Amino acid sequence: MTQWHEDMEAADEYRKRSSDFLTIQIGDQMFGIPVLQVQDVLGKQKVTKIPLAPPEVAGSLNLRGRIVTAINVRKRLGLPENDNKSSQEMSVVVEHESELYSLIIDKVGDVLSLSDDTFEKNPSTLDPLWREVSSGIYRLKDKLLIVMDVPKFLGSVNA
Amino acid sequence: MDDLVVDFLTETNESLEELDNDLVHLEQNPNDKDLLSKIFRLMHTIKGTCGFLDLPKLAKVAHHAENVLGRFRDGDLQVTPAYVTLIFESLDAIKYIVSQIEQTGKEPDRDYAELIEKLDIVYEGRDGGGSDAAPAAPVDAAVEDIFAEAPAEEAASEPTEDMIFEPVPAASMMERNYGNTAAPSRKNRDPTRCSGGSDGAEHKESALAAQTLRVNVDVLENLMTMVSELVLTRNQLLLISRTLQQSDYSAPLQRLNQVVSELQDGVMKTRMQPIGNAWSKLPRIIRDLAMELGKKIDLEMRGQDTELDRQVLELIKDPLTHMVRNSADHGVEDIESRKKAGKPETGKILLNAFHEGGHIIIQISDDGKGLAVDRIRRKAIENGLATEDELNGMSPSQIQQFIFRAGFSTAEKVTSVSGRGVGMDVVRTNIEKIGGSIELKSVEGEGSTFTIKIPLTLAIVSALIVESGGERFAIPQLSVQELVLVSAASSTKIESIKGTPVYRLRDRLLPLLNLSNTLKLEDERDDEADMQDRYLNKYLVVTHVGGHSFGIIVDKVFDTEEIVVKPVAQMLRGIELFSGNTILGDGSVIMILDPNGLARASGELDVSESKASTDQEATGLFGNDEKTSLLLFRAGDSTPKTVPLSLVARLENFKMSNIEHSGDKMVIQYRGALMPLVPFNHGVHLEGADDKPVLVFSDKGQSMGIIVDEIVDITEEFVDVQTGVSQPGIMGSAIIAGKATDVIDIGHFLNSLGSQWFKDHDDTPFTSAGEAAAGRGHNRRHVLLVDDSPFFRNMIVPLLRVAGYDVTSTDNAGDALKLCENGAQFDVIVSDIEMPEMDGFEFARKIKTGSNWQDTPLVALTSHATPQDIERGLEVGFYKYIAKFDKDTLLTTIRRPWQNKAIRLI
Repeated sequence: MTQWHEDMEAADEYRKRSSDFLTIQIGDQMFGIPVLQVQDVLGKQKVTKIPLAPPEVAGSLNLRGRIVTAINVRKRLGLPENDNKSSQEMSVVVEHESELYSLIIDKVGDVLSLSDDTFEKNPSTLDPLWREVSSGIYRLKDKLLIVMDVPKFLGSVNA
Repeated sequence: MDDLVVDFLTETNESLEELDNDLVHLEQNPNDKDLLSKIFRLMHTIKGTCGFLDLPKLAKVAHHAENVLGRFRDGDLQVTPAYVTLIFESLDAIKYIVSQIEQTGKEPDRDYAELIEKLDIVYEGRDGGGSDAAPAAPVDAAVEDIFAEAPAEEAASEPTEDMIFEPVPAASMMERNYGNTAAPSRKNRDPTRCSGGSDGAEHKESALAAQTLRVNVDVLENLMTMVSELVLTRNQLLLISRTLQQSDYSAPLQRLNQVVSELQDGVMKTRMQPIGNAWSKLPRIIRDLAMELGKKIDLEMRGQDTELDRQVLELIKDPLTHMVRNSADHGVEDIESRKKAGKPETGKILLNAFHEGGHIIIQISDDGKGLAVDRIRRKAIENGLATEDELNGMSPSQIQQFIFRAGFSTAEKVTSVSGRGVGMDVVRTNIEKIGGSIELKSVEGEGSTFTIKIPLTLAIVSALIVESGGERFAIPQLSVQELVLVSAASSTKIESIKGTPVYRLRDRLLPLLNLSNTLKLEDERDDEADMQDRYLNKYLVVTHVGGHSFGIIVDKVFDTEEIVVKPVAQMLRGIELFSGNTILGDGSVIMILDPNGLARASGELDVSESKASTDQEATGLFGNDEKTSLLLFRAGDSTPKTVPLSLVARLENFKMSNIEHSGDKMVIQYRGALMPLVPFNHGVHLEGADDKPVLVFSDKGQSMGIIVDEIVDITEEFVDVQTGVSQPGIMGSAIIAGKATDVIDIGHFLNSLGSQWFKDHDDTPFTSAGEAAAGRGHNRRHVLLVDDSPFFRNMIVPLLRVAGYDVTSTDNAGDALKLCENGAQFDVIVSDIEMPEMDGFEFARKIKTGSNWQDTPLVALTSHATPQDIERGLEVGFYKYIAKFDKDTLLTTIRRPWQNKAIRLI
């Protein structure tokens, strides 16, 4: 067996024990969304406000003929509005119960393949609001990545 | 042919084709279980359906064939080619019967006893087959062998031989039958043979099958969605092209626009179904109900052909059925009560559907007891829907609206028919769900009319785009009645009562809803100081929901756009102010406001005694339910006088000094001609008066004026003219605005002028009381009046009503013929001769040649009667010729044919 094959096998093995995440930045915190749940990454969009909608709902937008509901992730997480005007607003489009949602976040980062070894359950002292939408935490070298539980994140938003 | 039968034939033809293919397949795979079950099911369906449709021969053949197939299916009979042939024979027979029904509407005379006997033989196992039949393969082999040498002798065999089936060995029978299938001579067999005679059916494609094509609904839905998207894209393109001056794209875009519109119409049409489909079960339901409840009910349906979206149709089917049941159960009284109330024994329920400006209007009326306001009051209090105080402040029509509230059922006792508390509120909810509205008009003792207004389709709606608080919204055009701009220059401004904005719109107070407040787009300010400023340069979208009107205050009004309604995201469904969202031509997303939700959100908005709803009220469908606009005036004495407003051309004030005389008549120069004038009576003093109001009547260029003392009012009332006054110029009296009022007889005044309108009038006094009484009574006769001149129509209708007839009038012969086609029945038809499009002669000819009115007496009414005309009229079937305004002759004449008829009936 060649070295190449061994490498491939090792890689396969690694893949089995790891998951891919799209990293997003909100304030100082890094979050990860399972990459298979991500439909699209968008720049700043023109959003139509929806009166009487829950505060987390930023409005709706037209994505290639489909109507997408935009969610202000900062509001959802109980964070203050982004006062850093220079930062670019971006959004990640996910599908939930066959409807599209665009999560408005500060910045989109790389796609990371993270080993299951570095996965931890939510610390019991985590803010209950965050604990609800996080399915666990990955220990990266220099920081922590919170895995966003998209169905839970969207499921509890209600008018 | 009956719709049901046509449907059945189409279906059966399809099934038969399918069966044919399947049977051929079966011959190759004799024991394919699935196939056998399928064939069995198809046969079974045919049998079941034609049993229902009373087609005994077809049912019998299908039944016996099904028996045999049943044995195949159960596996206790091996399928052999011979048996397949037998099934083929039955199929041919069925096809023949079906084609005969298609052509003649009847089953053929042929007797299928022989075929049935054959089938029975197989079914009962008398042919030696059955469970211990030889295995398929050897049989096949045997048959093939025999077939190889099969002589054409079969064709020659005596029909009786077929009867002696049982002792014949299986193989030999198979030989014969197999020969049948294979031999080309099969089609040429003696058609009297029971199994044959399929020639007609086989030779030509079924006419019905060729015209229709069955398409899966999903395919159509998909097509519709795509067309909707296409429409949106087209809208976007048009929007872009509008901003470009003269571009090369304009022409092709125009074309695209047109094609897309046509495509949209076309696809829409595929989804359209006549509303009659939803009604088909009603006559039966009503019949059964009538039997059960011991009532006599006549259900009349008009406009069955009115088409609407299949989806909408499905959604309104149940509410409609429910409402018609309600009318039969609660509305129409039993025979005794009807007799007591002086109504005909047979109650009438009328279903009427028609198109009106992109909507379908469906009316359900009955001439029953109407909604009892007292009982509704009591019920509303009992059920805690309202307090006594609240009810005291309500008008009867508002109280009647309680039947639409949840948990309300008016039936005193729960019958098996209705009255289980799931009543009109459910109906209303269902109708509002599809963007429709329902209105109720009911007069206690006279009947009720429900008017349902629904959009033609749900897929694409036209919507008004408005702006409020910097955001744009769409309001479905369906509920928008009018737009009002309130600017600094407007004479009326938005006023407020303790912060609640209201607006005076044509003598009524319109409650207003500030959209930006309701949607919390801006802070509600309570200080009234800047009220005026705040409400300047705003638009009011006057909206009509569930019998109530209210105005929505918006900042700007844009265009109307065709939009495709898309449901809002799950998490936003809780906001009841929105019915959906959509993408506009410019690509932006916009929320669609739900007028029902708006009405609800702002608290039950009621417009008390809203005139708007009066405007909207459906014209009653029963002649005497119609409200008439009346002009009230005073002349001579203190008794108010009235005349139908529609008769009056103009109201003028003339200076008495301008009146001139021509002979012994008064005339005045009016609009470049001399107009004759008459004082209403001697009580009207012309001397000493400066000016006097004059009622101007005109018809076909002729005018005349009646001088009166004072114009009092214009009002709308149900006029029930009581006769008994024999004063010239007075037709009778009626209670109008709570006062006894004289209804004037214009004819008298016109006559007094001796104008050419009144040729042939002999001066016998108006025999009112006795004559009228003859026509009055429980069985009011129904007269149809066809006259293109509104003047004469308005003249004669009240005259006949006074004389005790129910009158229906149409302004042209075409409409009258439509009534005829729809099965309306009249006792006498009075028709004008000179009419545009179709004249009276033509009309008479049409009626007298085989319509269902051919026995109805026909009376001609004309102002130009030459002897030749009269002769011609009598020739085409008019019973009598009467000069217009010769009302005495008219009355005696229409009374006569009716009496004749009565005698004939005895």
